[in-house]
Amino acid sequence: MTYQGVGIGRGMAMGTVLQMPAPLPEPQDAPSTLSVDAEKERAAVALAATAAGIRARGERAGGSAKDVLEAQAFMAEDPTLSDDVKARIDSGKTAERAVFEAFASFRDLLVSMGGYMGERATDLDDVSQRVVAQLQGVEAPGVPDPDHQFVLVARDLAPADTALLNLDKVLGLITSDGGPTSHTAILAREKSIVAAVGVAGALDIANGTTVIVDASTGIITVDPDEDERFAAKMAIQERASLANAPVGPGRLADDTEIPLLANLGSAGGAEEAVELGAEGVGLFRTEFLFLDSAQAPTVEEQQSQYSALFAAFPGKKVVVRALDAGADKPLSFLNDAPEENPALGLRGLRALRANEQILRDQLTAIRNAEAENTADVWVMAPMVSTLEETRYFTSIAREIGLKTAGVMIEVPSSALLADRILVDADFASIGTNDLTQYTLAADRLLGSVASFQDPWHPAVLRLVGEVGKAGAALGKPVGICGEAAADPLLAVVLVGLGATSLSMSPAALADVRAELRLYTIEQAQHFAELALKANSAMEARAAVSASASS
Amino acid sequence: MAERTVTIASTHGLHARPASIFTQAAAKAGVPVQLSKGDKSVNAASILGVISLGIDHNDDVVLSVEGDDADAVLDELAALLTTDHDAA
Repeated sequence: MTYQGVGIGRGMAMGTVLQMPAPLPEPQDAPSTLSVDAEKERAAVALAATAAGIRARGERAGGSAKDVLEAQAFMAEDPTLSDDVKARIDSGKTAERAVFEAFASFRDLLVSMGGYMGERATDLDDVSQRVVAQLQGVEAPGVPDPDHQFVLVARDLAPADTALLNLDKVLGLITSDGGPTSHTAILAREKSIVAAVGVAGALDIANGTTVIVDASTGIITVDPDEDERFAAKMAIQERASLANAPVGPGRLADDTEIPLLANLGSAGGAEEAVELGAEGVGLFRTEFLFLDSAQAPTVEEQQSQYSALFAAFPGKKVVVRALDAGADKPLSFLNDAPEENPALGLRGLRALRANEQILRDQLTAIRNAEAENTADVWVMAPMVSTLEETRYFTSIAREIGLKTAGVMIEVPSSALLADRILVDADFASIGTNDLTQYTLAADRLLGSVASFQDPWHPAVLRLVGEVGKAGAALGKPVGICGEAAADPLLAVVLVGLGATSLSMSPAALADVRAELRLYTIEQAQHFAELALKANSAMEARAAVSASASS
Repeated sequence: MAERTVTIASTHGLHARPASIFTQAAAKAGVPVQLSKGDKSVNAASILGVISLGIDHNDDVVLSVEGDDADAVLDELAALLTTDHDAA
């Protein structure tokens, strides 16, 4: 028996299934048959036991998960909540119903406050479910943590779930819902976990059943026979040896060079990136320097951080992106005015332009750090939407003394006018996540429109093709630094559309490197044509997959 | 009962981390502490209660403490509220 879904990456896994327990149904609002005191006692015991259980999990998890769980334990012990639960029990409700309603009312309050507090609402939901499970004597919902390796099956995973996932135990992930750009898929790509998403029927697979997950085809084989098990074992071993194969530069089958670069969020990840064969850095996000601070860091503070990163890449290319903030990643000193549509607001280069000294300080710090190292430093501006903005950024960068200044192409307007933008800019780097969001008008953080957020969409690919053509005509490099570059087959399509380098989370490098070696530039261009001719993202993926495996 | 009015120093108000620091200190005080903003009053040891007041930077709030040690407790908690925890 097999199931079909969308595979993430090219890996294969075999193991026994563990289903993520389904969320508990809402407790019924039936009158209690116990005394008020008995219900109160049940509620108090369950709240205390839940807090203790959460705290114990926090101790085991450690790190940032510990802080999150500690905060959840405080919620379970909260005196205001406990008073609210008691008042509801006094009005005749069961402990389950009173707990459910009390948490729900605080949840609604937090959601109405929005922002950071709104995000804590899911934490409250999780605590509420755990207390109700405790009261009902059933298994708590959430990520299982057994003492053996397993293949996790879930409807979909929320960020809170994935934070607690013990990656040493998870052989593979299968979700019945969600698409190739769901949170689960992004996590799987980042951490190089074998995964298949959108697998209809997966929730029916019994716990303990052995399955084979083949991410390259998206096929789940249930109860495989001896031959299938043997073949899977061989394939898994072969891939393991592939991952251990000497890392080399990115090349196509015809030796066309496609440098493979790393996306990094701080100097901390540099060593791992180099080990995994990154030929440089295609996207260095600088936000970490600015978040959690009330003022912009000084030139000297920034310089030492940049220098630490550049030192890890002697003689190699490092592309630094200027601070990318906006109402979705608010920084009080830059722009904290609330906006109805943060993605369409004063963000990226627009926010820097409104605070030009911050931009100048950052570029100065980058130039000073470059002088201390041998790395080939490029700078780029985030979210550029016009030719005029391009000129604004490149002229300041050149004035400060940076020799290579380019722009990120994330907005359809700049993709459409890439033939003009690239006359001025030294290079373009396509941010496929935002480009997809803006092309399909679908908020990338909103689950209800997640199905639109697919970089295989021919409209997105056509825009990438425009930039590729402009780059080829003007002899300017065109990089990709979005999630799309980490999808091995899509990476080949992007090369066919004219991408000259690919940048991704370091964990994805091995798979993309192996995939590129399979095809010539002509084949990549043929895949690109097939994808562009398709009517939907799904058709594009299917057409290229069929051609690749024929 | 002792009372004191203080102005919130944290740049982003009494949300998240500052609220958590404050409520844990209030819980350790060993005496009942109330926090009021306008005509709403909550148990200062309750993070959900404190957050529900929606306290912003520069808001005036009233701390009320019962018990013998009221002044010492007020000193400690007022100091927390007048520190900018977002600046760290």
